[in-house]
Amino acid sequence: MELVLSIAIGVMTTCGVWLILRPRTYQVIVGLSLLSYAVNLFIFGVGGVKSNRPPVLEGGVLASTLSDPVPQALVLTAIVIGFATTALFLVVLLAARGLTGNDHVDGRNEKP
Amino acid sequence: MPFLGSLASAFILNTTSRQLPVFLAGVVALSSVGLSALAYPYVTDGNVLRFHAEWLPQFGLDFSLRMDGFAWIFSMLVTSIGFLVVLYARYYMGDDDPIPRFFSFLLAFMGAMLGILISGNIILLSIFWELTSIFSFLLISYWHSSAAARDGARMALTVTGIGGFCLLIGMLLLGHIVGSYDLDTILASGDAIRNHPLYLPTLVFILLGALTKSAQFPFHFWLPNAMAAPTPVSAFLHSATMVKAGVFLLVRFWPVLSGTYEWFFLVGLAGMLTLLLGAFFAMFQRDLKGLLAYSTISHLGLITTLLSLGSPLSTVAAIFHMLNHATFKASLFMAAGIIDHETGTRDMQKLSGLFRFLPATATLAMVASAAMAGVPLLNGFLSKEMFFAEAVETHADSVLDRILPYVATLAGAFSVTYSLRFIHTVFFGPPPVDLPKPHPHEPPRWMRFPIEILVVVCLIVGIVPALSIGPFLETAVASVLGARTPDYSLSIWHGFNVPLIMSLVALVGGTLLYMALRRYLATSEDGPPYFRRLRGQRIFERVLVTVSWRWARLAESRLGTRNLQPQLRWIVAIGFTAGLLPLYLAGFERRPIVFSQIDPAFVLIWMIGMALAIGAAVYAKYHRLAALVMLGGVGLVVCLTFVWLSAPDLAITQLLVEIVTTVLILLGLRWLPKRNPDLGDVMTLRSRFRRFRDLLLAVACGVGMTVVAFTVMTIPVPDAIATYFLENAYAQGGGRNVVNVILVDFRGFDTLGEIVVLGIVGLTVYALLRRFRPAPDSMEMPEQQQIQNRFDEEQPERSPGDMVRDYLLVPSVLMQWMFPVILMFAVYLFIRGHDMPGGGFSAGLTLSIAFLLQYLAGGTRWAEDRIRILPLRWMGAGILTATATGAGAWLLGYPFLTSHFRYLELPLIGKIPAATALLFDLGVFALVVGSTVLILVALAHQSIRINRLRAIEAARREEA
Repeated sequence: MELVLSIAIGVMTTCGVWLILRPRTYQVIVGLSLLSYAVNLFIFGVGGVKSNRPPVLEGGVLASTLSDPVPQALVLTAIVIGFATTALFLVVLLAARGLTGNDHVDGRNEKP
Repeated sequence: MPFLGSLASAFILNTTSRQLPVFLAGVVALSSVGLSALAYPYVTDGNVLRFHAEWLPQFGLDFSLRMDGFAWIFSMLVTSIGFLVVLYARYYMGDDDPIPRFFSFLLAFMGAMLGILISGNIILLSIFWELTSIFSFLLISYWHSSAAARDGARMALTVTGIGGFCLLIGMLLLGHIVGSYDLDTILASGDAIRNHPLYLPTLVFILLGALTKSAQFPFHFWLPNAMAAPTPVSAFLHSATMVKAGVFLLVRFWPVLSGTYEWFFLVGLAGMLTLLLGAFFAMFQRDLKGLLAYSTISHLGLITTLLSLGSPLSTVAAIFHMLNHATFKASLFMAAGIIDHETGTRDMQKLSGLFRFLPATATLAMVASAAMAGVPLLNGFLSKEMFFAEAVETHADSVLDRILPYVATLAGAFSVTYSLRFIHTVFFGPPPVDLPKPHPHEPPRWMRFPIEILVVVCLIVGIVPALSIGPFLETAVASVLGARTPDYSLSIWHGFNVPLIMSLVALVGGTLLYMALRRYLATSEDGPPYFRRLRGQRIFERVLVTVSWRWARLAESRLGTRNLQPQLRWIVAIGFTAGLLPLYLAGFERRPIVFSQIDPAFVLIWMIGMALAIGAAVYAKYHRLAALVMLGGVGLVVCLTFVWLSAPDLAITQLLVEIVTTVLILLGLRWLPKRNPDLGDVMTLRSRFRRFRDLLLAVACGVGMTVVAFTVMTIPVPDAIATYFLENAYAQGGGRNVVNVILVDFRGFDTLGEIVVLGIVGLTVYALLRRFRPAPDSMEMPEQQQIQNRFDEEQPERSPGDMVRDYLLVPSVLMQWMFPVILMFAVYLFIRGHDMPGGGFSAGLTLSIAFLLQYLAGGTRWAEDRIRILPLRWMGAGILTATATGAGAWLLGYPFLTSHFRYLELPLIGKIPAATALLFDLGVFALVVGSTVLILVALAHQSIRINRLRAIEAARREEA
């Protein structure tokens, strides 16, 4: 399980980093989303990977065998904040597009 | 005390009265004099007066003050000259000058200066040192409308500021060597310091501080430029006090730092060069104050030279000369100020024959400058005599030491020359012509009074030294030298010996030199011959320009970029290195790769997930919609993973966020430009290389993340805080869903901050979109709507717009029907949140999706006709509820956000938990709804706004 998850994190990081280095704003926004998936999964994975042990207390289940709730709480806030930043970035992107007339990250199509 | 006075006069900054600030400053200064004088009995016989308060004990920094004899005599000097200067300034300052500001700065400076003198901790000393630099900057630039004042002030600040910084370094080194910042401890450990390997750097840094402050060569150039200050400031700062701070420091650390060859060489070289060059430059100044400034530099050089010799007797001479110089130079500056005040010029080629207009001032100035020249029966003579005697003695056998007597005599002759020049050109000769103020006359009685006092002191000390200054000097010297205090005699007549001959040679030589130069000086241009072109100021400015402008520009053009891509590339590269480096340095623990326990289904979904991620990366440029769909796919896979790996809360939130984000980006896609792979975009070699480099970086990051993630996940999780949360969630938080309890209870404050962020983002988005103007090529109707409208026009029985309206009719009916169901679901998620997966975040997102679907189903107009959502009210209510819940705990005497819980029995539904955390969660819920809806609606409204924009555009086109 861990192996699959870490390879997946690696692939998503690769795609995310590649995309945020691209010149078009839309590529950057997709790249950031991919990166945030990767990072969220990574933080989540720090608490260890357990199946069928959600951190919900029920009678008869030993608390210490449950999966770690702290990374989950962190990731939950991270998901919501990630949504907020994506929204903000999208709107900045649109405003920049409206102001500069193109969708290059620097606001101008470079002609070296 | 002066600080309080400064503050007080800052408060009366706007007063129109001219008397009040003067009175205040005078009282403050005078009572400081009194206080200092009262302290005298405590500091005689080598006793020390101490005051101690803890400041930052953990760093070994205490606010400690100590006053010994040396500090006392200096304090007396500072406060009494300060008082005289206040009195003088009362008459000197013009009617338009803001008096309170002046006195406020002056008193603050006095306070800082006293701070230097009596601080018992070297770091504290350093701080006061910087304060004097700052206040001197403010005082020099007091007439801030003049460019010369601004430049002079800036230069003084730069030079002394750099010096102060060096001093701080030196002090820290010193503290490091001794192990304490306490002055007493340091003064007691001289041998340890001199034998320490760090002695030389410490010495150099402290000397840099002292020499810049005392305007020693090669840092002397700021002082003449600082003469743009009002004359009282020059008299106070640049003759009596601030420039003395440097030599004061040298004396202060003389017992611990001096006596080595490095000390003699560095200090002596600087001192002798300053002594000679200062005197030489002073002869050729045209500006009265310039002459005095250079002579000050020269006299400070004399003191520095004396200190460099390292013998106790020369230190006595140095301290004595400091006092003498302060008295006669302050009086000369004041005299120069009177001349300037009465005639309107300080140019010595214009001034002449003023004796007949200003007889009293002239007499006073003559006595003072005679003291400066070292004429017998005046105080300057005594200390100069001591200097000559010390110069003849051999202390450290080197060329420097052997030439000292000749240098001393030459400099003495120069000082006679410039003193003569000052007196002769200004007061004698024919009456002046074309003065800016034609009728000079004696200044008011009390303006002359300070000069009179100082000159009388010169005379008294000069005639009966042993009776007047003797005991005080003894106290001061004893406190510095301790047991090494030598026998010295302050009498005027020592017999016909070598120093006396040197004095005579200097007097006669100086007079002859003046006769020889007289004709030349009367017509020459400003500045000394040969050195005229070599201006320290010019060099200084060039260096400044080079460092702060050229190099900065160079660095910016070489290292900086305004493009985002290189910046991001650097961030990623540095981030990668920062991750790699510690692993590389500390060694990396390899984890065995295990293939067991791998569920094929899990592998399969991640195969799909990875393929989708790569697909999204590839298609993001030309096929945005496809990339978005794939991105959503990745999100779903992540969501599945959360379900699989026992994180139901995350799965729910991820799923909902995924929906909202996708809709959001879909709404945004419409405004992006069309991009076609067939058009343009020729791949150059350079862009190929760039892509390759980026790919390499990305793969490196990916591999790194894989390795790190795998290692972290396979390392056994240490018993951390998780256990605490798991065990106490129910007992203390009253909830079974530990994640939710953490969010709303244990870490409630974080969540509060987070929802505030969410709210701010919502508002920002709204604000940004209010002024949104689409680019011209997005103004047209979307292609699909155009086709639909065209179809309507072609069919005779349809009217335009029908197709758009009826588009997706069945799904939209379904969506409308789903509204109450989703609403119910949101409530359900919310209520069960504390015990089961769910909670405020997911409930809020669900509710906003319900609203969103209505917008999608019926269009913006339709939806807003039926439901009025006021996102701002939702947001406000949310934040208020959450904060009020938290603050409610205060009322019951608990810390912020303490929660309380119990179970409520509701009819039909049964037992539900009713923790106050639930109320907090309600706030979270409301805010999430408000913020999300605000963002989405703001974006959705653009398609309504664009119709209006289009109409405006069309109207404009018709007009044209």
